[in-house]
Amino acid sequence: MLNLIQDTIVHAEPQTLGAASQGAGHAHGQTDWSVAAIVALPLLACVLTGLCAALRVKSKLPAWLTVASLAGAFALTAKTFAAHFMGAESHAFVVHVFDWVTFSWAADVHAQGPQTNELVANFAFYLDSLSALWMLFVTGLATLIALYASEYMSHDQGPGYCRFFAAFSLFVFSMACLVMADNLLLLYLGWEGVGLCSYLLIGYFYKKPSAVAAAKKAFIINRIGDLFLAMGVMLIFVQFGTVEYSVLFEKAKPYIELARAGNFAQIPFVVKLIPCLLMGGAFGKSAQLPLYVWLPDAMEGPTPVSALIHAATMVTAGVFLIARTYPLFLLSEVALPAVAWVGALTALLSATIGMAQFDIKRIMAYSTVSQLGYMFCGLAVLSPSGGVFHVVTHAFFKALLFLCCGAVMHGFAGQLDLRKLSGVMKMPGWRVVGFGMLIGCLNLAGFPLTAGYFSKDMILAEAFVTPGTAVIGWILLLTAGLTAYYTFRVFFRVFVGPVAYEMGDEHHGADHGHDHEHGHGQGHGHAKDHGGGDGGHHQPHAPGWAINTVLATLAVLSLAATGLYFVGGDHGAVARLVDQSSAGFHSPLAHHESGAGQAPDHGAAAGAGRASGHAVVSYVPEFVRARAHQGEVHAGTFFGADPHKAMYFVSAGVGAVGIFVAFWLHLAGRKTAAASRADALLPALGPLPGWAQGKWYVDEFYDFLVRKPLWVLSHILYLIDSYLVDGLVDFVGAAPKAAGKVIRPSQSGELHGYALGMAGGAVILIVIVALVAT
Amino acid sequence: MSLMAVLAQAGSPAPMAASTLAHYLLVSALLLVIGLIGFVTRRNLIIMFLCTELMFQAAGLAAVAFGRYHLNLTGQTLVIFILTVAAAEAAMALALVVLLFRRKESLNAEEWQDLKG
Repeated sequence: MLNLIQDTIVHAEPQTLGAASQGAGHAHGQTDWSVAAIVALPLLACVLTGLCAALRVKSKLPAWLTVASLAGAFALTAKTFAAHFMGAESHAFVVHVFDWVTFSWAADVHAQGPQTNELVANFAFYLDSLSALWMLFVTGLATLIALYASEYMSHDQGPGYCRFFAAFSLFVFSMACLVMADNLLLLYLGWEGVGLCSYLLIGYFYKKPSAVAAAKKAFIINRIGDLFLAMGVMLIFVQFGTVEYSVLFEKAKPYIELARAGNFAQIPFVVKLIPCLLMGGAFGKSAQLPLYVWLPDAMEGPTPVSALIHAATMVTAGVFLIARTYPLFLLSEVALPAVAWVGALTALLSATIGMAQFDIKRIMAYSTVSQLGYMFCGLAVLSPSGGVFHVVTHAFFKALLFLCCGAVMHGFAGQLDLRKLSGVMKMPGWRVVGFGMLIGCLNLAGFPLTAGYFSKDMILAEAFVTPGTAVIGWILLLTAGLTAYYTFRVFFRVFVGPVAYEMGDEHHGADHGHDHEHGHGQGHGHAKDHGGGDGGHHQPHAPGWAINTVLATLAVLSLAATGLYFVGGDHGAVARLVDQSSAGFHSPLAHHESGAGQAPDHGAAAGAGRASGHAVVSYVPEFVRARAHQGEVHAGTFFGADPHKAMYFVSAGVGAVGIFVAFWLHLAGRKTAAASRADALLPALGPLPGWAQGKWYVDEFYDFLVRKPLWVLSHILYLIDSYLVDGLVDFVGAAPKAAGKVIRPSQSGELHGYALGMAGGAVILIVIVALVAT
Repeated sequence: MSLMAVLAQAGSPAPMAASTLAHYLLVSALLLVIGLIGFVTRRNLIIMFLCTELMFQAAGLAAVAFGRYHLNLTGQTLVIFILTVAAAEAAMALALVVLLFRRKESLNAEEWQDLKG
């Protein structure tokens, strides 16, 4: 597999040079501008919706502009994907749009390390199977969610509507830059761009203090991660003299060879530091410990935003970063283990928090954090294909889940408390939402034969296959059970059971005051200012065609994603695509007896063949003991069985237990919306449920650890400022004042005095002149 | 062609003697001192204003005397300017005096001591 990536690089190389020298590369003359248009279309939509705002458009025009542009971007992505990445062989290529950054300076002859005197970062797109796959689901989901939002945001038609879709399109543009960048600088631009759009959209309801606070929290915590990413990029430039992937991987090759031979001691510390810094950036953006706290609060944004940005696409940027720079992560013996532990602990911690929450959107948010942990584990236990496959399946089913929650929220006037909703599926017009939710929940819970089941199994199995990571596997397995429980807790409480509901309070509901006709009295129909007392919202209203269409499409796609596991090679189509990309090798220490070991035998059927193909040697003592040179090949097992086979049953069993517990506690025998059998059980668990409901008080801990000291420090600085600095400034002002007090009496107001003074002065002057002159 | 040459061609008188200049300057100095003493000792705004005019003319006289002594037109030019300015200033100063009088119904300069700094 290592050869594969090197092949990729070699193939990419001449085209990079070609593209750089000839401008628009000749070899891909016709793809060139269609690839550039993938990025340009969302930007165009952003500009046009901005114009709509300037022209005070009050119709749904911004939504249709956005949907059309994004659909165009999706179509172009699909075309590019079909043209280049559908076959068994695919080669990365670079599409050069324009020269962006080119600095050169005189080389310092005394400098240590590799000599470089040029920084080149072009506005160019590096398309390989990984970025194409990512763009495919980003643009596809963005199109669907924009369509959903056209109805969901309809209460805000006017400036807010334009603002929403402008930021939405800008987000897709930034995400496209991030994913398709051919260098780390452009990736960083996209990275900051998505962060900005996330901030803008979380704070969409800017009159609501909690939304503003959440937006600031997200932005500030992301800054911490971004600082690490920036340092990582700088260090890469200092160390390798380039930020372009193709050159970078080429330059990192000697180190990769060292790592492959297990000689980690010979790799300089600075090089090992690079993945650790990049990791920090990934943890910030993808909401992992210790920086996960912003994501649950980000649910203050409108639900389509939660679905697209904070569940399906942006938060997977960290996973993308690691997958993209996977070769670098193999250079340090601590990088991937650290990722694995962070991912596993985040998955477990946020799953426990999710179990105790009552706000269904919050539950979904914690589940996103938890599933992101899974993805990181997938990458870290040497299964980038599992991690990326989970990204793809999760993108579909989590977007679906969020949009279903959003439909409920929209229909019940902002009600999100699962104790106040019950049996929604049985109400007229809510069937699509109910079935969508069911499909999403089955996927999330890893119900057998769903896409989520297969992607989760890949990660779980690889955790047991890779030596030294079995503990991670057990943590993830436990998390899988918890996930199944909290997922179906939501479903059993809200969507089935006796019909009962309580409408939300428009005043603090995040999505308040849509002006659909029914449920409104004549007096406040179409109230433009929808903050105030819509007392008319006593009837829930079922979602309209746009929402239902999108939900149905996503439900079908979530189910269809299962197929990705069964087509296109060994571990499915996604695994093939990942293997062809920069993330495409399992381990630097992996021994492949022959390339034939990876012959495309069918995934489900070739357990034994794969076990040898998985010749993964412990690259980690308990994560790092390099035993490659001994030639000893032993893949891990699950109690003597092939983990891949075993997981089909074990994870299905764990999921089933979780679902059954949820059924027993939250559905069986439940008569009302508020109370269930679980309530009786809670006291037996002591303070734990309360702590979990309080999110393990992590926010409070950070408050104590960071905010309080900062508060004290800033007050000390305030005192220094007001007494020392201000004192100095005041002194400068006071000195002339005092001098004036001394001189002022000379101004007596007596005209004769002045005249005498002048005359006396003149006499003195004359005397002086006379004395000097003679 | 210098003024001196012009005057010589016209057969004009010889330059003024230094002793004659001293007389003119003495008169000029007397005028200045009289004006100054008047300015300092009197309280009436109009009288004080007249004293300043007196000092003005002292300066003008000295300028003319020096111009004649040096046989050039600088002093006379200066005096024309002095007269022009004095005329304008007299108009303005008298107007001010009128305004000040209207305020306090008095021409006493000491009435305005409260303008001190």
